[in-house]
Amino acid sequence: MSDLNKLTIASARDGLRKGDFTSLDLTEACLSAIECADGLNAYSHRTPDAARAMAAAADQRIQSGDAPAMCGIPLGIKDLFCTKGVPSQAASRILDGFLPQYESTVTQNLWDAGAVMLGKLSMDEFAMGSSNESSCYGPVVNPWKVDGRQLTPGGSSGGSAAAVAADLCLAATGTDTGGSIRQPAAFTGTVGLKPTYGRVSRWGVIAFASSLDQAGPMTKTVRDAAIMLGAMASVDPKDSTSAEREIPDYEAALTGDIRGKKIGIPREYRMEGMSDEIDALWRQAAEMLHDAGAEIVDISLPHTKYALPAYYVIAPAEASSNLARYDGVRYGRRAKLGAGDGVVEMYEKTRAQGFGPEVQRRIMIGTYVLSAGFYDAYYNRARRVRALIKRDFDQAYAAGVDAILTPATPSAAFGLGEMSGKDPVEMYLNDVFTVTVNLAGLPGISVPVGLDKQGLPLGMQLIGRPWDEAGLLNLAQSLESAAGFTAKPARWW
Amino acid sequence: MAITEDEARKVAHLARIAVDDADLPALAQELNGILHFMEQLNEVDVEGIEPMTGVEPMRLKRRVDIVTDGEMQDLILKNAPDAREGFFAVPKVVE
Repeated sequence: MSDLNKLTIASARDGLRKGDFTSLDLTEACLSAIECADGLNAYSHRTPDAARAMAAAADQRIQSGDAPAMCGIPLGIKDLFCTKGVPSQAASRILDGFLPQYESTVTQNLWDAGAVMLGKLSMDEFAMGSSNESSCYGPVVNPWKVDGRQLTPGGSSGGSAAAVAADLCLAATGTDTGGSIRQPAAFTGTVGLKPTYGRVSRWGVIAFASSLDQAGPMTKTVRDAAIMLGAMASVDPKDSTSAEREIPDYEAALTGDIRGKKIGIPREYRMEGMSDEIDALWRQAAEMLHDAGAEIVDISLPHTKYALPAYYVIAPAEASSNLARYDGVRYGRRAKLGAGDGVVEMYEKTRAQGFGPEVQRRIMIGTYVLSAGFYDAYYNRARRVRALIKRDFDQAYAAGVDAILTPATPSAAFGLGEMSGKDPVEMYLNDVFTVTVNLAGLPGISVPVGLDKQGLPLGMQLIGRPWDEAGLLNLAQSLESAAGFTAKPARWW
Repeated sequence: MAITEDEARKVAHLARIAVDDADLPALAQELNGILHFMEQLNEVDVEGIEPMTGVEPMRLKRRVDIVTDGEMQDLILKNAPDAREGFFAVPKVVE
């Protein structure tokens, strides 16, 4: 059977249980698709031998009747997750040669459920970026292509998004600190879910900004996101911010019934200069939810405008602290030292050579806003603004709103190289619709809803109540089926 | 608040990142651009608002104060660029 790599998790699961094909068949189909996709540069490290062994074990488990939903499903794993004995370097030169001696909780949960690892997926260095161009492995290319240009798959989970869109895996893990799951999902016509902060363990995920980071699934359908979230989420004693909350059956929540749900349309997200196409698609998406029985209400989230500057204080501040550990002593690479160089020169040279320009920039900004004399003016002020941003959402939900509908990104995918040489702040604007969700710790999902006039996918974002991924997924599925987005990129790679 | 070349040098040193003197003007300019963007935050009235630390008000988890991990020196040293006799090795720190 050919084209097994194109299946969704749900259809592969059903086929595996019926015995139509084996996990080894699925895995081989993905491995061959990966072999033929060097032009996309999505995988930074492949693990075909481990994949075949895991698939064989999954097949045995399925035969014995003990098969959770993810059993035998081949996945790609973002390079930010530590995987035992397999290179995990956050797409940074500073972690050259690093082989984790332990497994992240999320990936362990997936392997325990029987999932199969195909390899590691490229990303922006340390998850800092929106275009995948800061990866030490070179940029990932978006499988969507409408003219001579090569397009970005978005970032930071760009390798994950490209691999899912090009059927180089059935699904992938991503992480999202300011939009790094949802923006690449929107750029590639795939589904990306950032869960509520604390739903998924951060243990073993290389840290960027610990109060914002959250891992989630990147999939072909909303149903797949529901299935995969169920396997990724857990209450983890190894992560002190992991929430002690029961994990519901997300797939069972996909009832298709959204009658009476109240969907908020925040007026502050209608930004000046927003393209007519995105505005029109936003209105259409609201109509689709309305036709399915939801009530559409205008809401106000007055501090939206300040989310981006607050984020670009808080995230670099946390990053400067988290990335202090890369000092050339315990792991990764150490710079070649000159005669007479002491320990400080070792740190400074190692970090200058190991970190790329964007990571260096953010570490220095973070260092500055945390330094004596500026801590109150920048860092504390940003944290107070963050409290106000969260309060905006709290008030909307207290007024009875079930979820909020916004565009996922201000544009469709742009060309690789088009943003280089521009002011770094221009690139930060990509996150304008997504960072608010991380600052408030809420769940958010990007769903492909249409194509723009060039033929590139556009996504809409639904933001849910805290811990209500189940309700959010049900709404997202309703939007997905009304939009009927089935376009796939034509193969050129 | 504008960052001068001197302050850029100081920040780079605090961050333990070597920057060539020739690159300091460009670095200062870049940092200034980003800080200028952040200055929008000064428009917000934050009087009486507590700085947010976590997204959910929760008490940090506690556990019994016992050893739950350890005895894995070889695993911990395995990724070190330079490890000798059970220690991480670094250039001379004290003369």
